Amino acid sequence: MTLATLLAGIVLLALTAYALLGGADFGGGVWDLFATGPRKDRQRELIAHAIGPVWEANHVWLILAVVLLFTCFPPAFADLAISLHIPLTLALMGIVLRGSAFSFRAYGDSRAAGVRRWGRVFSIASLVTPPLLGICVGAVTSNGGRKAVAATFLNMYVRPWLNLYCVSVGFLALAAFAFLAAVYLTAEATDNELRDDFRLRGLWAGIAVGLTALLVLVLAGSWAPGMQAGLLHSPWPTPLHLATLAAGVTAIAALWGRRWRLARIAAAGEIALLLWGWGLGQFPYLIPSDLTIEDAAAPPATLEGVTVALVLGGIVLIPSLLYLFRVFKSAKTTESP
Amino acid sequence: MSDLFAARSQMALSLAFHIVFAVIGIGMPVLMALAERQWQGTGDPAYLDLAQRWARGTAILFAVGAVSGTVLSFELGLLWPRFMAFAGSIIGMPFSLEGFAFFTEAIFLGIYLYGRDRIPPRAHLTAAVLVAVSGTLSGIFVVIANAWMNAPTGFTVQGGAVLAADVHPLAAMANPAALPEALHMILAAYAAVGFGVAGIHALLILRGRTAPFHKYALRLALLMGVPAAILQPVSGDIAARHIAVAQPAKLAAAEALFVSQDHAPIEIGGFPDTVARVDRWSIRIPDALSLLAFHDPRAPVTGLDRIPADQWPNVPVVHLAFDMMVGIGTYLALLGLWVAWSAWRRKEITRAHFRAIAIATPLGFIAIEAGWVVTEVGRQPWIIYGVLRTRDAVTPMPGLIVPFTAITLLYVFLAVVVTRLLVRHVARSPQ
Repeated sequence: MTLATLLAGIVLLALTAYALLGGADFGGGVWDLFATGPRKDRQRELIAHAIGPVWEANHVWLILAVVLLFTCFPPAFADLAISLHIPLTLALMGIVLRGSAFSFRAYGDSRAAGVRRWGRVFSIASLVTPPLLGICVGAVTSNGGRKAVAATFLNMYVRPWLNLYCVSVGFLALAAFAFLAAVYLTAEATDNELRDDFRLRGLWAGIAVGLTALLVLVLAGSWAPGMQAGLLHSPWPTPLHLATLAAGVTAIAALWGRRWRLARIAAAGEIALLLWGWGLGQFPYLIPSDLTIEDAAAPPATLEGVTVALVLGGIVLIPSLLYLFRVFKSAKTTESP
Repeated sequence: MSDLFAARSQMALSLAFHIVFAVIGIGMPVLMALAERQWQGTGDPAYLDLAQRWARGTAILFAVGAVSGTVLSFELGLLWPRFMAFAGSIIGMPFSLEGFAFFTEAIFLGIYLYGRDRIPPRAHLTAAVLVAVSGTLSGIFVVIANAWMNAPTGFTVQGGAVLAADVHPLAAMANPAALPEALHMILAAYAAVGFGVAGIHALLILRGRTAPFHKYALRLALLMGVPAAILQPVSGDIAARHIAVAQPAKLAAAEALFVSQDHAPIEIGGFPDTVARVDRWSIRIPDALSLLAFHDPRAPVTGLDRIPADQWPNVPVVHLAFDMMVGIGTYLALLGLWVAWSAWRRKEITRAHFRAIAIATPLGFIAIEAGWVVTEVGRQPWIIYGVLRTRDAVTPMPGLIVPFTAITLLYVFLAVVVTRLLVRHVARSPQ
């Protein structure tokens, strides 16, 4: 394996961490929006409590992925930034509103009306942003699936991402984030009623993940044929699909059987495997049919420098992250009142 | 509005918005850590109250800084894809390091904000210190990336493209503008936040609030702001002498020096007339520019006449922003000396001091905005000085006025909200 491939893997790893951690924070916002029933306020409290200490750190995975992308693969970043200008700008506005509103609600406005208003902004932004992020991923995978077209504004800056296939990937992202959040919240809830609320949400979201994933695979036939071919006809995918399926079924069965920790591991595994399926499906391309990892790679001196920086950064980062999650997410603290 | 101008405006707005929160993310953690240390050392509950209130304010502002910083990291490509395609591999390194520093800051801020009852006091104080250290480091790394745009090193261009075999990320980080810019920016952050916070509490004391809380807050904020403000002219001198050699067009625009000359004067204020090539209605100090730029009153200084007209930055904007920055810097440095002298020798801070400090509240931030105008507008028409023009770096997507308008509305809305929340936060502090 070349250094460029390794670094592309690390970009995907950062994106996976963002999906599993930051994605779940978006999912929490979705469940805040759809908080219902007699325990509505307690659901919202649990979500805020779960997100509060970690969302900023979880958010940085996205920054890390972008920075590594533009350092190690500058032409790929430039191409994506041009063709996906519109959905990326919209997603950024969602990210800004989500983060700001969450902190305004948590620290700024202690009046009931203010808390409600910022809670609403936070949750709507959490609902809108994941589909936009998913749409961008869909547009990457379906690049090259389009036939040669006239260079009009719509053809260059809108149609590559605003189509049935990309929107279905957007819904897959939304379902996945909502699913992760619900499953994590069952493990973090301190009483059985709340656990059951999120168990039910998790079961529905888990089924939605499976259905939208299937829909994406089918639609890929006409929108992203290269991706579909990679997913269906190369030698490695059968075990990968089986593993993803097994993780998904395990997650739902564990939720059903109220085995919260197993459900958490299996759900995270399922979404991670979906992402790695995407990565392997378009390997060795960064942007299918346009740019391979090797074509887009920065000069060796840069790749080597970044690798050293990653090792040094990891030495600082990994223990710090473990400490953060040990303090706020360990079983001991989540079970205390 | 042309697409290029819309892109430049969106970038300028995004930077101008973010820098306020970025600077607070550098300065406030230092104050938070100082208050936390005082609380743990003295056991005085007013310090605990202070640490908690500062943490609350920091949390709001840090979140806005984090998300507006994310916007910028994407906008580098959304607006300037050809710049990033050219420069990503050369200056990605400091951005990557900044990513890690910022990651560390976010982790320990979460631990500090939510961890008071969960971890031992010593670990809690350490978390605050780590937020402060990583905040400063992340600022240094980002400024190094900007410095490279002013003084690009570490690569060779052949036939309009970067020669892959000759890219040296470490040499790019060690560019000659890195040290002067980073030093100037970090001191500016400490001075702006120090005097910003001190000014708020001075105002509250002037309005009759007597709680020790405000006295403690004022003292800690000045402890950070005063040394930074006093040292800032020294770092400004280093930066100016660097620019005099490396970016003569920027210095000539900043000083409105139209004609190259020895015994060059300084023109304070006025309005540069770029047609007649004079600075009208300015105050002129003979020999001063030669003295400041080269520490020699006879030294020749390059004027705009030696710069091709199509490579001039916007002279009135750069000149007036420069004078505003220097004027404020001078005020803060003199104020710092006065306060330090009075506190040290006379052991007394009077209402006159409080008034002068209260006036300083917004000044450091205004000076920072003005300073970035000098750096960024002063580098135009280049995005990478002498290498790539801004107009050649902009995205081919038309209609850029639309994202510019959207981002403007979003940031104006957020600015209004943050201001109101902070005013309420401050008003609720102890009597």
